[in-house]
Amino acid sequence: MSAVLEIEGLRKTYRSRKRGVRHALDGFDMRVEAGQVHGFLGPNGSGKTTTLRTLLGLIRPNGGRMAILGQELPHALPTVAGRVGAIVESPQFFPHFSARDTLGLLAQAGELPRQRVDEVLELVGLRDRAGERVKTYSLGMKQRLAVASALLKNPKLLILDEPANGLDPGGIREMRGLMRGLAESGMTVVLSSHILGEIQLICDSVTIISLGRRVAFGPVEEVLAAHSQGTVRVRLEAVSDLPQAAETLTRSGIRVATSEADHLMLSGVDKPAEVSRLLAEQGLYVSELTPVAVDLESVFLELTATAPVPGQHRQVDQSAKVDQTGTAGGWGA
Amino acid sequence: MSLFVTELRRLGKRRLTRLMLVLLLVGLATVATAFSFSSHKLSPDVVAAAQAESDAQYKRSVEDWKRTVTDCEAAQARGEQTEERFGPNCGKDYQPQPEMFDPKWNLPYQFDFRAEFPTFIAVFAGAVALFAFIVGASFVGAEWNTGGMMNLLLWRPRRLAVLGTKLAALLTTVLGVTVVLGALWTAAFWLIGTSRGTTAKTTAGVWRSIGLDGLRAVALVLVVGAVAFALASLGRHTAMALGAAVAVFAISEIGIRIAVGVLSVPFGERYVLSTYAQSWFMKQAELFDYDTCQFAKGACEPAKYVVTWEQSALVFGVGAVAALVGAFWTMRRRDIS
Repeated sequence: MSAVLEIEGLRKTYRSRKRGVRHALDGFDMRVEAGQVHGFLGPNGSGKTTTLRTLLGLIRPNGGRMAILGQELPHALPTVAGRVGAIVESPQFFPHFSARDTLGLLAQAGELPRQRVDEVLELVGLRDRAGERVKTYSLGMKQRLAVASALLKNPKLLILDEPANGLDPGGIREMRGLMRGLAESGMTVVLSSHILGEIQLICDSVTIISLGRRVAFGPVEEVLAAHSQGTVRVRLEAVSDLPQAAETLTRSGIRVATSEADHLMLSGVDKPAEVSRLLAEQGLYVSELTPVAVDLESVFLELTATAPVPGQHRQVDQSAKVDQTGTAGGWGA
Repeated sequence: MSLFVTELRRLGKRRLTRLMLVLLLVGLATVATAFSFSSHKLSPDVVAAAQAESDAQYKRSVEDWKRTVTDCEAAQARGEQTEERFGPNCGKDYQPQPEMFDPKWNLPYQFDFRAEFPTFIAVFAGAVALFAFIVGASFVGAEWNTGGMMNLLLWRPRRLAVLGTKLAALLTTVLGVTVVLGALWTAAFWLIGTSRGTTAKTTAGVWRSIGLDGLRAVALVLVVGAVAFALASLGRHTAMALGAAVAVFAISEIGIRIAVGVLSVPFGERYVLSTYAQSWFMKQAELFDYDTCQFAKGACEPAKYVVTWEQSALVFGVGAVAALVGAFWTMRRRDIS
């Protein structure tokens, strides 16, 4: 399968006298195959939007290699721009123009036929409200307009940053169907989102970024499989014994992934019976010991170390930077 | 070419552009209309009436003078001192003369197209320059502020070409507005001249001079529009241009004036920007240093400093080029976030 998007060792550093040096992208790698819906995940401030902006020529990188549709960027960006549709972060449009005016001006700038405007308005469900000023739109309607603007070019590669932001449940489902339909028509879609359930539902593959570096990548099922082994939920007869249980297990080399109010989540457990034995030796009696099939959210929280901890307030840049290991199939693997 | 046409359309569709154009039209129409009422055609009847009024004033004045002389002589006959009250020789030497009652002074104001229209070109240029400044700053400032520029760059990733095309669309629009409204403005004042004033002595040479004044007005309007565009682009916000304009006004027109006054700098106004605007329109601005005169010793010709329109062109040209180079350089270098 050919790669539509390739990023290798991408670096972007911000220097500030007050805040010092911050590596927004620290040797980031990414590869998206043709015809896929690819999820691009990461905590706030991890470098997702910086990556997308850099790809689209809005930010100048400090190093690394990027290519879209086999063309090296940023040199070939003017050549490939006509085949890349994108929305980056929240949709922003001139508030006093109507949706039809907004798309009409973009279509004219891109030398596209006028009828394409009506096609995409129909596609995103804005046909009947197209003549109204954008400032009267809800966030969800602006989001639809943003997707319409990205689809206007009928691109080969569609890059959408939080496309479901502000959409109602029906809109989210429509967006999911739209993404699937576009992928089936041969379009490659890169989807950045925090709605991990959606990503798990509609994406073929994912890349997870944390602190500017890739921490996982590959087909969704492989990423899940790679991180679901040995995840066990433990409940005790007495909830008050959970802290002592966590300490006992940690001392014995078993990783306590999260500590909830009424249970512990353990990871890397080969033999659940070992857990039961260790706890029993300390007079702690297990009421539930369940192997857990992980979802993308728990993998994400584990990989990025952004799971909430009771009593602590995680700051934006507090997430994990993991050595670049992942499932097979990624760039540089 | 498609981008240029798109940007022309975008500028034309903007609410602020339309609002400012309407305000400009209303403002200019109000000035022309109000002015037309203040001008009166000097028909032979009006001239004759003014002549008759002057003659009557002369006669009244002579009668008053004769009465005064008679009163004075009567007082002298009574042996009274009259010099203080009536002046020497009973004021006989001050008989009113006919030329002291010029009929012109009794004529109503009449607009003289040849002599006065250049001033109205400057008024027109000032109004259109304000339009160019606001529309120019807002055109690119609002694009940055609302994310329109980023959207456009996703379609057209050549940054300098995009900014250059936007500037070209702005200047083309401003030029079009200036030329069309300038023609209407000239026609309106020509109409006022013919119907309620005079257009006498408007020779080919006068029209050539008016044409050159018009070109100077067009150049000023374009420079103002370009500078506003560049400043708003540098700051990526309309307010940047407006703030810079206020700052320049405060520094140049208030700060520098006070400073050169306090420091007694000779010809201090040569450091004030409005001197160069005046010189640009009037072809030159003359500054005088009265401190070099000692009037107690008699009449004095004060020292003079002349600011030429060429110097004005240099000042405004360098300013505009610096702002534009800065805008394009930052467009090329700065990240868009």
